[in-house]
Amino acid sequence: MGAIKLTTPLKVEDVERLKIGDAVLLNGVIYTGRDAAHKRLFELLKKGEDLPIDIEGQVIYYVGPTPAKPGYVIGSAGPTTSYRMDPYAPALIERGLKGMIGKGNRGEEVKEAMRKHKAVYFAATGGAGALIAKSIKSSEIVAYEDLGPEAVRKLVVENFPVIVANDCYGGDLFEEGMKKYSKR
Amino acid sequence: MREIDYELVVNKVKELCMDANYNLGSDVENALKKAYENEESPTGKEVLRQILENAKIAREEKLPMCQDTGFAVFFIELGDEVKINGGILPDAIAEGVRKGYTDGYLRKSIVDDPTIDRKNTKDNTPPIIHLDIVRGDKLKIVCVPKGGGAENMSEVKMMKPADGLEGIKDFVVDRVRRSGGNPCPPVIVGVGIGGTFERCAMLAKKALLRTVGEHNRDPRFAAAERELLERVNNLGIGPMGLGGRTTALAVNIETFPCHLATMPAAVNMNCHATRHKEIVI
Repeated sequence: MGAIKLTTPLKVEDVERLKIGDAVLLNGVIYTGRDAAHKRLFELLKKGEDLPIDIEGQVIYYVGPTPAKPGYVIGSAGPTTSYRMDPYAPALIERGLKGMIGKGNRGEEVKEAMRKHKAVYFAATGGAGALIAKSIKSSEIVAYEDLGPEAVRKLVVENFPVIVANDCYGGDLFEEGMKKYSKR
Repeated sequence: MREIDYELVVNKVKELCMDANYNLGSDVENALKKAYENEESPTGKEVLRQILENAKIAREEKLPMCQDTGFAVFFIELGDEVKINGGILPDAIAEGVRKGYTDGYLRKSIVDDPTIDRKNTKDNTPPIIHLDIVRGDKLKIVCVPKGGGAENMSEVKMMKPADGLEGIKDFVVDRVRRSGGNPCPPVIVGVGIGGTFERCAMLAKKALLRTVGEHNRDPRFAAAERELLERVNNLGIGPMGLGGRTTALAVNIETFPCHLATMPAAVNMNCHATRHKEIVI
């Protein structure tokens, strides 16, 4: 599988060239955020207030890493289950978020928002936290430090391996893949 | 009475928490290698390659294989001739968890009240402890760090006796189907049948401890396990739910007698990072 190299922030053209099943190596800055951080970001959006990070063109990685051992940039850092972020994701996509990284499938409202506003959902390998950490070159907490493992971090990544699971055309690899490999 | 020092238990529990999170069991790893060889989906194969590479990095560098280092669950067999010197066993286990998760750079994933504040307890306590008293002068501790993603895909169902084993099989397959990629397949499926509402769920968790490839000693349930594994893999969910022939590495059934009016069944899902380490003191 020849992987597509992409650098963040993502432009509409970057998103448009991606199709489900594409292997992608992500480079540049990505932000972390999971349940508690999403809840706070969502509440700010609802109130019409500014977010602590500018998400235009950005990618959010659903992860809560382990603490870094001495000499390491970050601990194990694999994806968490994405559907828990579904109630909040459409509002962030509408605000300009272009990519999400997680594991597991997404709900209809998120898929609709991805179609409408041209965004993409990448699947990373769940439970491969030690491997994925190798592609993270720096990590810095930029918001919500009080949330511990759920704080928002700014990561710089090099060749972070992901697979396009939902594209901006309504494609869904979870549905397509299951259809292709199921047997009765 | 045989006396076992409180501090010894603390230290052994601390080591178990770290060992379980850094070192994938060889039974699981071998099953993953076999799955890698047999997987038909290129994406599925790449995911399995990453999982195996990850296990190697975790082992060599003493890193948690997954960032979700779990709820610390313990199955304890305490010999009736054992006395813990210097404290009580649950305290020793909690103290071991506190030390293991702190010194081992494991993630603290427990929040204090489940609904309102959800404030992190910051040391991964309290643990969940299942205690059995057995004959003898030994203390057996099995440490099972249990991730939240797969736990969320688990279910207990109070079925009708008329549903029979066939009904339970359909429930299991349906539960796996509805879970999709969320529990990090390839999964281990723990099935509890019988007991009461709560015992049944505990049996499903206990079923996850079995060595991959071993079957229930009752040939009828062993046959059901084999059939369920095939049916589950025929769903096509595949590694991480992205499509493929490997959805589960094992389906394990544990049973217990039940009330004549009931037939409880439980499915406890576990991710491919199925972790459990044990020690006998």
